[in-house]
Amino acid sequence: MRLGERAFGILITFCIMAVFWILLSGIFDAFHLISGIVCCAIVSIISHDLLVKGKSEKKLQKSLRLLIYIPWELWQIVLANIDVAYRVLHPKMPIDPLIIEFETTLRGDFSLLTLANSITLTPGTITILVEPERGKFWVHAIAKEPADALLVDQTMQRKVAHVFMETRVETKDRLS
Amino acid sequence: MDEECGMYLLLCRDFFIIHSKEEGKMITIFWVTILLIAVTMGLSLFRGVAGPGVFNRVAAVNIIGTKTIALLVVMGYYFERPYFFDIALLYAMINFIATLVFAKYLERGELWS
Amino acid sequence: MVIVHGVVMALLGAGVFFTLVGSIGLLRFPDFYTRLHATGKCDTLGGGLIILGAMIYHFFQYPETLLVPAKLAFLILFIFIANPTATHAIMKAAYKTGVEPWRLGEERR
Repeated sequence: MRLGERAFGILITFCIMAVFWILLSGIFDAFHLISGIVCCAIVSIISHDLLVKGKSEKKLQKSLRLLIYIPWELWQIVLANIDVAYRVLHPKMPIDPLIIEFETTLRGDFSLLTLANSITLTPGTITILVEPERGKFWVHAIAKEPADALLVDQTMQRKVAHVFMETRVETKDRLS
Repeated sequence: MDEECGMYLLLCRDFFIIHSKEEGKMITIFWVTILLIAVTMGLSLFRGVAGPGVFNRVAAVNIIGTKTIALLVVMGYYFERPYFFDIALLYAMINFIATLVFAKYLERGELWS
Repeated sequence: MVIVHGVVMALLGAGVFFTLVGSIGLLRFPDFYTRLHATGKCDTLGGGLIILGAMIYHFFQYPETLLVPAKLAFLILFIFIANPTATHAIMKAAYKTGVEPWRLGEERR
């Protein structure tokens, strides 16, 4: 990795660790603050590439789009729980489970994680398997309508691809 | 008698006494919440005992762990001891790692390859 | 002050209701995969709402210590990320070991 990306990774990791140190200790002594800064510096120099992968560009724009995506997801969480409460408390229990699979255009680590979490938190679906090479998802759905919302509409895949700017698959051309 | 009881027995005795001695209705609300969460934990424990196979039992233990976190936070406000929140944070992490280790062991048959 | 008490009571009541629904789903559903649907979604939100109600109570009762609501906010964020991941991990282990999913019309397992 180049020096600029490494410095950016070290700075971001140091800031996150320092925030957690201050949040969890609550004592604002000189001794505690200085020992906190020393510990955070050592940890972030040694293992900064676990948290921040130095390969992607345009990080600020992606973070802003992620912040806009989160309230929509919170609304989906509330809808999902009302749906599950309806299915549990109904005297006839209308469930009809099935397993579906589909492909997406996402390839990065963090975008696959966000889509898998969103699928688990939205009404009626849970992720079973993720294959990172072709972006394939195996999903267990509890009825026909949430499965159709994932397979046919594909709103969630388009939104997550728009957040992480991976709407088209990049092909590597070889010199043959 | 008070010197000979442990802290745990004092806490159990305080649990039933505080809401009848203090004024204000929030204390009663917290007491009712604690009892209801304990009832739901008992319902999940039934699935942990009688679930056919090991996967149902692992899911039940994970659910009881999540309810313990909420229970600890409400207890921190009921007993007015601020250290229960740190215990809740720690137990959340322990519960998460325990469920992941169970899943990894059941999938592969061993922990390290 | 009565408004704050009412809001906290509503949030705590909703949280306990969702937790109860999750537990009833754990007992009522006929298969392992569907039971994980009930608990993995309802328990996350129920616990989150209970802790949110306690956080709002803290803002108005003890307004001088603001570090504790920050700790509780981090706890809510951790629950929202960790619970679906643990659900997905145990479901993947069950799928790869060969637990059969339930179709409509079969008997309970």
